[in-house]
Amino acid sequence: MTSAAQFSPATSSFWNDTGKSGITSWVFSTDHKRIGLLYLYSVLTFFLIAVSLGALLRIELMAPGRTIMGPQTYNAVFTVHGVLMIFLFIIPGFPGAFGNLIMPIQIGARDVAFPRLNLFSWWLYIAGAAIIVTSLFTGGGPPDTGWTFYVPFSERTGTNVSLAVFGVFIVGFSSILTGVNFVTTIHRLRAEGMRWGRLPLFVWSVYATAWVQILATPILGITLVLILAERVLGTGLFDPTKGGDPLMYQHLFWIYSHPAVYIMILPGMGVISDIIPVFARKPIFGYKMIAFSSLAIAGAGSLVWGHHMFTSGMSDNAVLIFSFLTFVVAIPSAIKVFNWVSTLYRGSISLEAPMLFALSFILLFSIGGLAGLILGAAATDIHVHDTQFVVGHFHYVIFGGAGFAFFGAMHYWLPKFYGRRYHERTAVIAWALLFVGFNITYFSMMVLGMEGMPRRYYDYLPEFAPLNLVSTIGSWIMISGLILMMVNLFRGLFRGEAIGQNPWGGATLEWSVPTPPPTENFIEEPVVTHGPYDFKGAGIP
Amino acid sequence: MSSDSHAPHIVGYGKLIAVWLGLLFFTGLTVWVSRQQTGIGHVWGSLAISVVKSGLVITFYMHMRHEGWLLRSLLFVALLTLAIFIGFTFFDVLYR
Repeated sequence: MTSAAQFSPATSSFWNDTGKSGITSWVFSTDHKRIGLLYLYSVLTFFLIAVSLGALLRIELMAPGRTIMGPQTYNAVFTVHGVLMIFLFIIPGFPGAFGNLIMPIQIGARDVAFPRLNLFSWWLYIAGAAIIVTSLFTGGGPPDTGWTFYVPFSERTGTNVSLAVFGVFIVGFSSILTGVNFVTTIHRLRAEGMRWGRLPLFVWSVYATAWVQILATPILGITLVLILAERVLGTGLFDPTKGGDPLMYQHLFWIYSHPAVYIMILPGMGVISDIIPVFARKPIFGYKMIAFSSLAIAGAGSLVWGHHMFTSGMSDNAVLIFSFLTFVVAIPSAIKVFNWVSTLYRGSISLEAPMLFALSFILLFSIGGLAGLILGAAATDIHVHDTQFVVGHFHYVIFGGAGFAFFGAMHYWLPKFYGRRYHERTAVIAWALLFVGFNITYFSMMVLGMEGMPRRYYDYLPEFAPLNLVSTIGSWIMISGLILMMVNLFRGLFRGEAIGQNPWGGATLEWSVPTPPPTENFIEEPVVTHGPYDFKGAGIP
Repeated sequence: MSSDSHAPHIVGYGKLIAVWLGLLFFTGLTVWVSRQQTGIGHVWGSLAISVVKSGLVITFYMHMRHEGWLLRSLLFVALLTLAIFIGFTFFDVLYR
């Protein structure tokens, strides 16, 4: 992609060229790659804890009645599962880990615009995470409100909601600062020739996500402070007996938390847009439409929060308007899916692990997205609201979508930073286990929801038992795939086969620098002369 | 950002105190408006007063009047977003 990107293989990499040693070379590093890896290992730690909690939930639901835990423990476990997955894994995961690792190199920058602020963001994330973890073992014990902290229950429960929401508040600051950093970086630090029309689609998605982080996250902060005010000062903002409005809490919470779904999924879409052309050996179809659809999703997706409240007693007018707007978001999402499929058409498709994750993303995200339309239509939502259908839909979008994209990104980009790769066949087996286990687990939940099984219930009627058992068995298959994938991936990164500069034949800038990249990414300022998916222009056969 | 945004500018105590007194006046006005039996009218009144108050804080205390077009545009985007968020909640609040 560059005219000045011929480097010596002897160039020292960011692993050994820091001037510091030991743990301080990591936790006080301002190098975006090191900070990206700090985020990666941090979010994966919380992901694995949250997966374990999810597995416990599935074991509890394997049969009616008590299986392994009591109802209060069950409430706490599903709350902590949600809080860890949402606030400590998938929201910070993409921007923090892959946004940091990849975005600056893809735009031809030596680092992000504010490297110290970048490190501070990670520290804020860790501080917030530490507070959330502390909340589990102090006060009245782990919160039992669900990850949404809905009032009036969150005001009155004796569990440690106050500390948990304070931790989430701190993590929110980390997210805002990362957003500010990335918007500034993409505006100000693009290399010569890196016009907006030559930005890789992952960068476009990170850019759209960063705006959502900046504009929506402060509202979460305010909302969480209001919960604290309610609990500590009894302000009555959400208490009808004091003139407050409990629905106002739901508005405030979802004004952030629905756009937050796009913080989770948009970078995943960017990853898929980068993987598919490389493994289909074809330029992306509809570059501009995919880029602008990221902005359209970020914009329109910020105006649909009311669809979480159709059964809350909200006005009928609001139900109609939010239902309509929800359908509008489906348009840019469908544009992306059509363009990915069109890219695959007549491509020379190579079914390696990153591509398998990308293809399964398209299928699983489409199922989740279409299920979202069932929930977005006010009439059908009445029937399936707060049922297991919602749990299934959400996991299809966030785990089948963002999660699979995250795994795809790990397989696609991590070898570049470690200089070694995983065992391909094992990766494919792990993917197959994950894919099969995933569908058994969550499709069963969607059917259970259609049959009327409520979400967040500790116990259920006997007629729901068979599918709950199937779903739990599916979770075991999925977790075995997950364990195999992690072991194979990280074993490969440390002990696997060495790779060259461009193992996949990509045309974006990160493949034009040595493996692993040098500390400041480029020895000479790159000059970009062609688009990110112009394989011929990059001289790639 | 224009070059004048980096030029030194000092806002005198007199002006700062005048703005503060103005903010106190508008706070009192908010309390008065909230006690009027005007139905939804007091919400619009309170919102209008808070727009004026935030305008004063942004203009004088946050020195926005000395900034260039870039920061002003970013502020506009943020305010527009906030206005949309608040406005959309009225689809519910006004018709419930």
